[in-house]
Amino acid sequence: MALVELREIRKTYHLGGETIRALDGVDLDVQQGDFTSIIGPSGSGKSTLMHILGCLDSPTSGSMKLDGTNIHDASARQLAKIRGEKIGFVFQFFNLLPKLNVAQNVELPLIYRGTSGRERHKRAMHALELVGLQDRAKHRPSQLSGGQQQRVAIARALVNDPRIIFADEPTGNLDSHTGEMILETFCKLHDEGRTIMLVTHDPEIAALTPQKIEIRDGKIASEVDAKLSGQATRFQINRTSSASS
Amino acid sequence: MNLLDTILVGLKEIWANKFRSMLTMLGIILGVSSLVAMSALVKGMENGMKEALVAMGGLEKVRVEFQDDLPAYQKHLVDQAPGLLMKDVYALQSGVPLVENVTPVVEQHGYRSRINITYRGKRARPWRIYGTWPGILDLEDHRIEYGRMFNEIDNEMARSVCVIGVDIRDDLFGNPEKTGKEIIPIGEVIRINGQPFTIVGMFEHYMTEKERKEKELEKLRAQQQPQQQTGVVRDKGRSGSGPSGYVFRLKNNSVFIPLQTMMIQFRSAAGLNETADPRLSGIYMKVKDIGLLETALQQIRNVLQVSHNGIEDWSFRTEEDLADGIQVTIQNFRMSGVIIAAIALVVGGIGIMNIMLASISERVREIGIRKAVGATTEDIFIQIIIESVVIALVGGLMGLAVSVGLVHSITVFTPSENNPEITAQAMIFAFACSAMVGVVAGTIPAFKASKLHPIQALKYD
Repeated sequence: MALVELREIRKTYHLGGETIRALDGVDLDVQQGDFTSIIGPSGSGKSTLMHILGCLDSPTSGSMKLDGTNIHDASARQLAKIRGEKIGFVFQFFNLLPKLNVAQNVELPLIYRGTSGRERHKRAMHALELVGLQDRAKHRPSQLSGGQQQRVAIARALVNDPRIIFADEPTGNLDSHTGEMILETFCKLHDEGRTIMLVTHDPEIAALTPQKIEIRDGKIASEVDAKLSGQATRFQINRTSSASS
Repeated sequence: MNLLDTILVGLKEIWANKFRSMLTMLGIILGVSSLVAMSALVKGMENGMKEALVAMGGLEKVRVEFQDDLPAYQKHLVDQAPGLLMKDVYALQSGVPLVENVTPVVEQHGYRSRINITYRGKRARPWRIYGTWPGILDLEDHRIEYGRMFNEIDNEMARSVCVIGVDIRDDLFGNPEKTGKEIIPIGEVIRINGQPFTIVGMFEHYMTEKERKEKELEKLRAQQQPQQQTGVVRDKGRSGSGPSGYVFRLKNNSVFIPLQTMMIQFRSAAGLNETADPRLSGIYMKVKDIGLLETALQQIRNVLQVSHNGIEDWSFRTEEDLADGIQVTIQNFRMSGVIIAAIALVVGGIGIMNIMLASISERVREIGIRKAVGATTEDIFIQIIIESVVIALVGGLMGLAVSVGLVHSITVFTPSENNPEITAQAMIFAFACSAMVGVVAGTIPAFKASKLHPIQALKYD
């Protein structure tokens, strides 16, 4: 059974009497352990798709299952619970809370699960260790570089041990070198067996992922196995070495 | 999210915006402190009034007083009105089983009747001079400090003896606080309108609780600075105003003589009015059981109707009227205090609501992030409510602290008769009010925040 199953997903917006079809009948299966990129030009509907996949938004019609649970008819409360337990998010603008320190930011998803303070801290420190920032736990986000902030955000996405991680343009706000390090982190996580979906408009980033979905005008234009396409990229990521490190 | 975490988030928010939070809390601080201070003032006033009530003889005291203004339908009988006489006293003693200590009183107004008391060239003018029976001691809550009360024999023999209040002593013999030693004038002969009277007793110095405390404080200070001690000037208790102070001053400026002596020396031809006048000013008595006051009054009425041939030239004065008056006054003050405090609290609540609305519009993105990582609508709602309550409670605590200072400065700058008294009850009530204001003020912002859509919140700049 697929981890995520999308059937005939449609999402329409009404803006000033005009109906916009952001998603127009999307069928998609994501398997456990997949590393998929969603690529498409601006306004193609890729962000809308990710929001629906990430349970941040509900589709207008169609059915969706995540880890065996029906999502399309879930209440707001159930969606919040699923987000807290099964999903990790990494955003383009990091979205860390400036008033909290790094460890507190990472702990945030656990707070809403009712995890005890000591356990929260332990798990947050573990997640920070995974992204190599355990010595920055007491720092404020403003005291970190962009790349470090994004790694904190990744740690926050990892802390609740989610079934799937969604990343929305995670390198969009970083220089290419830092972006590469972030992508390396994602590759490493994938090698550890995590399921990741990455939204990007950059074909070279998409080329790094084993699976690639291209969205155009709210529809899936193509599903390509990047490995088979053998597309060259500017990123020099040694998958084997990063997996072993 | 557990409660402690939420409270900590609230406190952090306050701390992060110290100045803004302080301004917001100002309304609550004013509301809570005015509520506590007003209640303290009212409590002080209530204490003073109750004190006065006790000083006048308590609720059980009933006075029957002569009244020359007859009811309209009896106006034509005015010449036949007998007035209160000794026979009424005996009639009441034997005819009204529900009362005790029936005591006749002839009262002379010191200033109106121009009564002078002299002693070796010094002059005093008493506020009142009473001719009565020894039973008055209990009825008026008098206490003898030196000497004795005149007794039945003094009365029977119409002896020229008197018992005086301390202010009379101060005028005639000197103030012990000025001279530095207590003066006990027992056995001295003074002249009341030229007629010699021997002082057989002196009452204690009556004063309000506040005066008593001030005196103790003065004593303490005097002990600490003995070299500067030149004697404390007592103001004869005239500085105070209002009903309770008046009662104490009146008692300190009174002179009591036996009834017979009064009748012979001041009510006969030889006395003040040049004509003999057997009428009493009033008959005082105590009801045995306050629960049977109405029945007792009816019995008194029945007896007097008979002895006065139905002419109503008398009236009742009970302290119940005064007690009711006190209740109404206290309630009015309390009500106005509550209204003032309520307005301040409402204003404070609006301030909190305003600042919470501003705060959530600044934190839309934060709310989006919290929702994205698993916060439910209820989590956000509770968080905002608790932040609002935390602001209100911190304001409330500050308000309680301010109220203590406020009450203290009221006492220092505008000394009134009775010390305002802060009660725990008022503090708890005010604190609970501030919590309630926090909840109510936080509701709308919390509702708005919790209803934010995560996507829109995350996209918000």
